Amino acid sequence: MPCTWVMACAYAPSGCAVACGGLDNKCSVYPLSLDKNENLAAKKKSVAMHTNYLSACSFTNSDMQILTSSGDGTCALWDVESGQLLQSFHGHAADVLCLDLAPSETGNTFVSGGCDKKVNVWDMRSGQCIQSFETHESDINSVRYYPSGDAFASGSDDATCRLYDLRADREVAIYSKESIIFGVSSVDFSLSGRLLFGGYNDYTINVWDVLKGTRVSILFGHENRVSTLRVSPDGTAFCTGSWDHTLRIWA
Amino acid sequence: MSSKTPSSSSVAQARRTVQQLRREARIDRIKVSKASSDLMRYCGEHAKNDPLLMGIPTSENPFKEKKPCTVL
Repeated sequence: MPCTWVMACAYAPSGCAVACGGLDNKCSVYPLSLDKNENLAAKKKSVAMHTNYLSACSFTNSDMQILTSSGDGTCALWDVESGQLLQSFHGHAADVLCLDLAPSETGNTFVSGGCDKKVNVWDMRSGQCIQSFETHESDINSVRYYPSGDAFASGSDDATCRLYDLRADREVAIYSKESIIFGVSSVDFSLSGRLLFGGYNDYTINVWDVLKGTRVSILFGHENRVSTLRVSPDGTAFCTGSWDHTLRIWA
Repeated sequence: MSSKTPSSSSVAQARRTVQQLRREARIDRIKVSKASSDLMRYCGEHAKNDPLLMGIPTSENPFKEKKPCTVL
């Protein structure tokens, strides 16, 4: 990678390519190959170009389109093959830190969270912001759709995770405790949506019962901030990445 | 954090904000009681498929503690 900090990476749905980006303001797509002799750097394709750092990227349902969010306050949809900008999304007043695509196959919406404390829901085809939620008290570091696609959770530097229902158009739950004062860097749901896992800057992972609003358990193990968290596609485990240079898998 | 520049563009900016707010106010909302019961139903329906919730049967768990095996 040409730049020092990589802040975002994503697998293509087919598993044949990886997109990544960071302080270089670009999102580059690398085709993957099992051939050790192949010079992958030569095959790199620069797809997105922002005017500030790339905070998150995600392929849409196909390998051909990629959605990016940036420190310049915008999100954008790009065509991978031509590198052309297909749609841009303006509405955040500050850096956009995270995004997540709606789970359904026919879904055309995605949600983004930013440093302006707002979470916006966008229509990918029109570029319009459909809904907006502003109840967090600080930067929103992570957003994740509920498995059914009707709700989403967000994690913020205000040490809370919140659940918003899209059809009711409001916040429906807050997951917080007075003893938790460090920000949430990353959230993800278990397969059924009953559990919400949050990675916190106090090196722990808190597991919340989504429906009851209570904490189910707290997990220790990392020696520094948990910066990212993802549940595996089959739901049997989740993985956390941390500033302590390790990735841990919890099952 | 906000980088809005105050000037004649602020009127255009305010107009856009009002239009956006009007659009957002018009959407159809369902009651929270219905929304939350739907979420609860979804959880209930998928709970048995969730390994992190239900646990994996010991026979299928590749990481379980292995008992020492004694050969007589």
